[in-house]
Amino acid sequence: MYVFVLKRIGLAFLVALFVSLITFLMLRAAGDPAIAMAGEGASEADIEFIRVQFGFDRPLITQYLDWLSSALLGDFGTSTYFTTPVSELIAERLPVTLKLGLASLIFAIVLATPLGILAAVYPNSIIDRAALALSVLGQALPNFWFALMLIVVFSVMWPILPPSGNSSWINFIMPTMVLGYYATPSIMRLTRSGMLEVLRSDYIRTARAKGLLPVQIMFKHALRNAILPVVSLSTVQFGYMLGGSIIIESIFALHGIGQLAWESISRADLPTVQAIVLIISLIYVGLNLAGDLINAWLDPRIRVS
Amino acid sequence: MKKIVFSLFMMFCMMGTVSNAGPEDNSLNIAWSGELATLDRYYNTLREGIIVGRLVWDSLLFKNPDTLEFEPLLAKSYRFVDETTIEFDLREGITFHNGEPFDADDVVYTLNRMSNPDNAVLTQRNVNWIANAEKSGQYKVRLTMKRPTPTVLEFLAGPLLIYPNEYYEEVGPEGMGMAPIGTGPYRVTDFDPGVSITFERNENYFGDSPKGIPQIDTIRQRTIPDNNTQIAELLAGTVDWIWKVPTDQAERLAGRPGIKVLNEQTMRIGYLSFDSSNRTGNSSPVNDVRVRQAIAHAIDREAIVKALVGGSSEVVHSACHPAQFGCEQDVTIYDYDPATAKQLLSEAGYPDGFEIDFHAYRNRPYAEAIMGFLDAVGIKPNLVYLKYAALRDQVYEGQIDFNFMTWGSYSFHDVSAITSHFFKATPDDYARNETLIDNLTIGDNSVDRTEREEAYSKALKTIADNAYWVPLFSYNVNYAFHEDLNFIANPDEVPRFYKVDWK
Repeated sequence: MYVFVLKRIGLAFLVALFVSLITFLMLRAAGDPAIAMAGEGASEADIEFIRVQFGFDRPLITQYLDWLSSALLGDFGTSTYFTTPVSELIAERLPVTLKLGLASLIFAIVLATPLGILAAVYPNSIIDRAALALSVLGQALPNFWFALMLIVVFSVMWPILPPSGNSSWINFIMPTMVLGYYATPSIMRLTRSGMLEVLRSDYIRTARAKGLLPVQIMFKHALRNAILPVVSLSTVQFGYMLGGSIIIESIFALHGIGQLAWESISRADLPTVQAIVLIISLIYVGLNLAGDLINAWLDPRIRVS
Repeated sequence: MKKIVFSLFMMFCMMGTVSNAGPEDNSLNIAWSGELATLDRYYNTLREGIIVGRLVWDSLLFKNPDTLEFEPLLAKSYRFVDETTIEFDLREGITFHNGEPFDADDVVYTLNRMSNPDNAVLTQRNVNWIANAEKSGQYKVRLTMKRPTPTVLEFLAGPLLIYPNEYYEEVGPEGMGMAPIGTGPYRVTDFDPGVSITFERNENYFGDSPKGIPQIDTIRQRTIPDNNTQIAELLAGTVDWIWKVPTDQAERLAGRPGIKVLNEQTMRIGYLSFDSSNRTGNSSPVNDVRVRQAIAHAIDREAIVKALVGGSSEVVHSACHPAQFGCEQDVTIYDYDPATAKQLLSEAGYPDGFEIDFHAYRNRPYAEAIMGFLDAVGIKPNLVYLKYAALRDQVYEGQIDFNFMTWGSYSFHDVSAITSHFFKATPDDYARNETLIDNLTIGDNSVDRTEREEAYSKALKTIADNAYWVPLFSYNVNYAFHEDLNFIANPDEVPRFYKVDWK
């Protein structure tokens, strides 16, 4: 087991390293950061000045190793745009994104699991169809459009929610609905198929034969087994939400790290972009690692292979 | 339970209306998309930074947006001693927001500190002509330039804001960027970088300032990146003023009750640029003047302005904005004439047209419209759409044959901010025409207005005759705001909130 854990952690580390290298190279390939930083009206001398000041004139490999060695010590450098340490910037903005991600995940689970169970208990009924329609819609609706529609309805036509900002929890209601709804279909379909399978199995029949109450069978016997894959899917969905909150954050002006990443790309704030990509990928890798380890703990067969 | 639900519902209703108090409490809620990282104007490059700069600080001179004349602001008067020396008499009895009195020390300190290259002011062009500022009395300053600078008054009335020497010495750019102190009509009471700024009226602002007495008590700015969200905020009444509204949205907004939409030209123009001197070494068809003229004739710029750009935009024919000093309008005009275009292409040896890479970074629909017109005369452009930084990089490296670009001249009312920028053997210069360079040099270094005008006129005629550029049209900005707000837009694209009030 220890060997397995070490292997997985080593692999996760390599993935993170590789992600950082790819990000680093791609950002540089996208254009000269000095030109983007100097702004449109800048003269050639202004640009050269910035290039030297921020060390963009050095060889790429030197720049990368420099960055990597300090990043490993937790120093992501200074944002070229905000002129504050990137770590401070991220510490300030990550909570917004985490709050949004977590709230959306809870929203998705609370909405999807009961619907999935109902759909499985009454297959091909009206409820099942309605759940299917809901999930198809969730997959098909572009989330930016859904977000704008919510704003039009709840902020303009019927002004009960603030259109944007992050000053209070009220501001999180619409973004949570949008981001959470996007994750609902997959969780719901997985719950449904898991439940269908479990409900057909022998031990459920035995439980029924024992005369247990349907509620007991459903929650104590069936759901506990069916929910396992849903849990690991949810961890992955959480990762998606952190990465996918970029659009939602800019529409609702939430000022989380998703929006920070997006804005930083367009102003070539390389230290910030690199740090955000690294942190998101670390969280993602961490979630996957946790999923792997939990599965391995539950299922000895995985450990051996 | 019902009670709780009801009170929650009421709370939501309250939330929606609580900040909708602009006219009632004499405050103003504005939103824009630019994220200001620092409010120190010498260390930010966004246009929003100019807006904040003019609220918080004053410059020595003031450019009247209506007459375009220079008026005294922190300076009481000024005179040119010779071509490279100006003397200022300063206004007395002015204090900064922190109580520090304003005098010659502040002016000397600011100008000398910002022009020192070690201090790495972001836009060196604004300061690199300053040789030295010296105190010649408690309210007298003598400024010397490294060379005759025809645009010196533009600099002194624009980017050169005067800082308090003691405070700045103590806190530096970082402290100033977070907690700015100036003499201006508004002081900053709260700043969350990239998120929001709160301004309060400076009660002690000097009455005879050409900026006028500020009227609004509190201005609250919020950064909202998405255009549609900004519009929703405006419609919901939670924001009173937005700008840079896309033309189609602006037209729809104009029909909404309670909302006023204003359209105003800007100094930005769009243009097509060619590698006329074969700088790339590609031997592109556009090396031939006849091909460039054909392209100029092939594009119906009127139609693009009417159908796509809209607003108060106009077709431009000269390689500058018509409002700029020295922008000669009497140049060769290439009207829309596809037949002549085809004929010119045949003469140049391309009766069946040719394929060419067409680079652009902004306004994709405009680029596509241009491609449509080129296609009609047989030219097959392949659109290469890039980020600005990436495209400019390639332009500088001398790799681009044909591109659609725009230039805003940083709102400078002077041809030197555009024509000289692009045609004086700079990295942007793909014409490399010696006579043209000479004429621009004369214009840039003379302080005689007539001499400058003549030199620029010759230069602009050369550009038009050779079709080094095909100037396209001027840009415009849409402002949308609460109909009870007295707001005036100016073509220099710097909203003046110190002039604003509620009806």
